[in-house]
Amino acid sequence: MMESEDGPLTPAPAVASPPAHDGAVVAFSGVSIAFDGPPVLEEIGFSVAPGETRILLGPAGVGKSVLLKLVNGLLRPDQGSIRLFGREIARMPEEGLFPLRTRTGMVFQEGALFDSLSVRDNVAYQLIQERVPDEEIDRRVRDTLRFVELEETFSLFPSSLSGGMRRRVAIARALIRQPELLLYDSPTGGLDPVTSTTIIELIVKERDVYKTPSILVTHRLQDAFTLCTHRFDAEENRMVPLPEGQTDPQTTFLMLAEGRMIFDGSLHQLLRSENAFVREFLQ
Amino acid sequence: MAIKNIDTTAKQLVLTVQDYSVFAWRAMGNLFRPPVYWTDFLVQSDIIGVGSASIVLLSGFFTGGVLALQSSATLSAFGAIAMTGRFVSLTMIRELGAVLTGVMVSGRNASSMASELGSMVVTEQIDAMRALGVDPMRKLVTPRIYACIAMLFFLTIVADAFGILGGGAVQVFMNHQNGTQYFSMAWESLRFPDIVQGLVKPLFFGYIIASIGCFYGMRTTGGTQGVGRSTIQAVVTSSVLIIFVDFLLTRALLALFA
Repeated sequence: MMESEDGPLTPAPAVASPPAHDGAVVAFSGVSIAFDGPPVLEEIGFSVAPGETRILLGPAGVGKSVLLKLVNGLLRPDQGSIRLFGREIARMPEEGLFPLRTRTGMVFQEGALFDSLSVRDNVAYQLIQERVPDEEIDRRVRDTLRFVELEETFSLFPSSLSGGMRRRVAIARALIRQPELLLYDSPTGGLDPVTSTTIIELIVKERDVYKTPSILVTHRLQDAFTLCTHRFDAEENRMVPLPEGQTDPQTTFLMLAEGRMIFDGSLHQLLRSENAFVREFLQ
Repeated sequence: MAIKNIDTTAKQLVLTVQDYSVFAWRAMGNLFRPPVYWTDFLVQSDIIGVGSASIVLLSGFFTGGVLALQSSATLSAFGAIAMTGRFVSLTMIRELGAVLTGVMVSGRNASSMASELGSMVVTEQIDAMRALGVDPMRKLVTPRIYACIAMLFFLTIVADAFGILGGGAVQVFMNHQNGTQYFSMAWESLRFPDIVQGLVKPLFFGYIIASIGCFYGMRTTGGTQGVGRSTIQAVVTSSVLIIFVDFLLTRALLALFA
């Protein structure tokens, strides 16, 4: 348990699950999961509206990645309801989940690129499975690699890429089919500050250009605040800060502590939160 | 305490057998429902079949040679050295060709399947594949199982042929026996049940090698150390299972053709 100057810091009771928006892309309600021990997540409830970016904060090992894998059915909850694109997936058979997963894009913590395939084949993985003609695959891969500014890596293998480049290729792979939901699992974890900013800029660009709803897991506050306080300027082709005091209204925060959702709200609400755990985390 | 340990181990064993059964059944059934990844089947056939041909060929040749050396020494005591061809061909085709090929391919391919899939699990590549809407069971496991079954069948024939050839080489060049006599004895002694026995076994062994290799690979946990553990488990389990199943099959086939 974390300690504060005032003594033992206990997370406040979980926030009540907000009612899911009509037409929510993702909606969790009363979700719990355990792995041979105490629950990793307990009574989790939140939703993601169309066009919304939700930043999931929390200390390392709190279950953020587990929550993200629950969203597209890579893990199954012990109890509760998970709705993805309006369909209940908590008890859906694996076979039924594959078509839904093709509508989502996921960026894994270390990229999870297929190391025996070239960048072209990694990015085009879904298109190859769908037997899209080679000429169209090449065109779409080049377009997507151009978006992440890595067109020159087309025929390279993942082993010859730096950590930051691998993440950008992973983002390209997630984007190529223009998904209806994006899931980022600590996309800047283990990267140096400059490369992290490049990745965040890419995420801001994706958010503002395609307006794809997304959930981004991170324990780095700096990345979270940058996402919320910046926008992508298409004319200058770079990320620029929003005017002083303004934040992106579609980018909001969730916070996990000890397996429970202790915060769900905007940046302003986060900064004004009275929750001792939130305050400790922000400090 | 000891009772509790035995209890836990027994439960884990039963659970593993149950998991393996479900896994192997799903993998086999995938062939009859689309999508079927035929390209992956061909790639795996090349890796398993062509890749293992040299070790199977060499081990078959020298095993046949050893059989000829050992049997001719014993048979000559009874003035029956001419029977060496019959002894080598029956032993290779009914028994050693299939078992030897199974154990060699197990050492080469069960280990590579377990380590390859295990590495993919620990680096989240399997999860990435699922997230991209592709079933790893269909894409990775089913092609390996069917390719291994098909290729072990042909590799066994290669091992049988080179075993008989190795025995012939020993008889001709070291024991100075007539080659025609050796090969005619090897050929004429063979009956239909002998061929069936020799060619049914590799179908089972191929299934064991690939399903065990993939099973341990896909349930890898614990990082790179876990990959090593899975590889060892896959080779040990598949090798022991091959010998055990060989015993059961031999008993059943002998009873069938009695």
